[in-house]
Amino acid sequence: MATNNVYKPTSRVLWVDRFLALIRITFIGVVSVGVIAFIAQQINPQNPFASWINPDATGLTADQLKGLLVTGIAQGAMYGLIALGYSMVYGVLGFINFAHGEVFMAGAMSGMIISNKLAESGLWQDAFLFSLAFVIVTSIVVSTATAIIMERVAYRRLRDAPRLIPLITSIGVSFFIQNTSVVLFGPGAKAYPSIPEWLTRKRSFLTFEIEGTKLLVLVVAAVSMTGLWYLVERTRTGKAMRAVAEDKEIAALMGINVNRIIVTTFAVGGAMAGVAGILWGILFRSVTHMTGFLPGIKAFSAAVVGGIGNLGGAMAGGLSLGAAEATAPLVVLEPLGVNGVSQLRDAVAFSVLIFVLLVKPNGLFGERLSEEDRA
Amino acid sequence: MSAEGHEVPLLEMRGVNTHYGAVHILKDVNLAIYPGELVCLLGGNASGKSTTLKTLLGMVTPTTGEVVLDGEVVTKESTSYRVERGITMVPENRRLFKRLSVLENLELGAYLRKDREQIALDLERIFDLFPRVKERLGQKSGTLSGGEQQMVAMGRALMSNPRVLLMDEPSMGLAPALVQTNFELIQQIHEEGVAIFMVEQNANMALSIADRGWVLQTGRVVLDDAADALLANPDLRASYLGEVGSA
Repeated sequence: MATNNVYKPTSRVLWVDRFLALIRITFIGVVSVGVIAFIAQQINPQNPFASWINPDATGLTADQLKGLLVTGIAQGAMYGLIALGYSMVYGVLGFINFAHGEVFMAGAMSGMIISNKLAESGLWQDAFLFSLAFVIVTSIVVSTATAIIMERVAYRRLRDAPRLIPLITSIGVSFFIQNTSVVLFGPGAKAYPSIPEWLTRKRSFLTFEIEGTKLLVLVVAAVSMTGLWYLVERTRTGKAMRAVAEDKEIAALMGINVNRIIVTTFAVGGAMAGVAGILWGILFRSVTHMTGFLPGIKAFSAAVVGGIGNLGGAMAGGLSLGAAEATAPLVVLEPLGVNGVSQLRDAVAFSVLIFVLLVKPNGLFGERLSEEDRA
Repeated sequence: MSAEGHEVPLLEMRGVNTHYGAVHILKDVNLAIYPGELVCLLGGNASGKSTTLKTLLGMVTPTTGEVVLDGEVVTKESTSYRVERGITMVPENRRLFKRLSVLENLELGAYLRKDREQIALDLERIFDLFPRVKERLGQKSGTLSGGEQQMVAMGRALMSNPRVLLMDEPSMGLAPALVQTNFELIQQIHEEGVAIFMVEQNANMALSIADRGWVLQTGRVVLDDAADALLANPDLRASYLGEVGSA
């Protein structure tokens, strides 16, 4: 190789860099002006700055803000649970399983069917906690089975193919599952049976007024996350999973059955999505074949925001994405005079993704390992 | 510890031919490693050394020929089956699980073992062998120095309680000052009764501690002799040792 062909990094600033810097500054500018306007408004709704920016803005009461935050965090916990599946599969196989949202949908869908059957028999009303536990378990089973079959049928043969190929396959799998759901259950939205009043009632908790269902979501999510943490960090299987994620050849040399560990990874990710699916059903009480699409993409964003491959990051990414999309429209956008802010949740969620990638391309908790010792 | 003809080999390759697609890598290779021996395989780049190791471990399946481990034909068996029966490898460039702690790396070495008490004893044995490793147990292994990583890699391999230990280029990527220490460690492990099959570029150093050696050239065994004889072999000196010795 001739030496003059070697790439030399220069200090020259490209127009792309300027453009990206401009986007960062605009983003930070919009967010900080919005927040300042919000604070100003909270202090005095008639203050000149706030009324100059958006004379119609009304501000929020403390309870409203807390309510938004709780809603956001409950939804974020579900994003986090789904994000774990994206992150785990990426960690082990290095590709994004875009059909993972459909694993979540399968859990929500089966939960709807089973809970309606239980409601018909009267058990749902009479023994709600037992029914709930039963529905959670069946959702986990259905989602886990979906994920395992998906790996076996669609991805295993592509193990050694370039990463783009399983990625495209996963989009195909996603459409396949959505359409299978249409064929089996029809395209309309289907409702969950009603939740007992004692659960939906608002409860005071550390000055927060929280609906019981959201509390349930948070508790179940926390329990699942703890279980997953224990599995990955403290058990023999978890150790093997981390070893396979890092180096499959050497993991096999240790005597680890790499195929079985990969299936386990899909299964555990599927179980987490199943938990998220049933929680989603209980919170929103409605499911369609498209239920997995937007939460799936947002959970993927959450995994990237937290640093893909990092499980704590996936959960943190989910929570912060949920909190941001619930609060940002009213805290940042409304004081700036944007119309119809409550429609802008999705825009906020993906703006967060873009911004995090601009500022910290490896995600909030992503680590860049040196590859220099690799052969 | 020498190759007595009447002893049963611990690990054997009988008439092995290996192909990668249409490329013929190993050509009728016959090797035998006896219990407690220290042997080395020498050869230049692309001579088939790594393929030999991979074939012995079952990461590559030979087209013809047999791999025999302790009298049992294991040609079709998986890597984990063979590891369970007492063979393992210290891979080239150590290949530790860098995001895992030193202790976790060592524990993974004993992944297939169920005898907890014996595992604990073996862990102590490794701490005796490499006291530095004990000080670093909780640290992520990616943060260790090259020499420490080599110790962990050897410890990890020993944790599977092998009867034969394969070593792929153990001195590769180590600081020159560490190479000598490294060979002393290999000798120490060998003295505990583990048979060692070492693939090494540093032929002088390897032959100085080995009992026997083979020289592989484009997939064929061209020399097979006692280590002293190989060291004295004029052909080898001229073409191979000379190069390495003067480097």
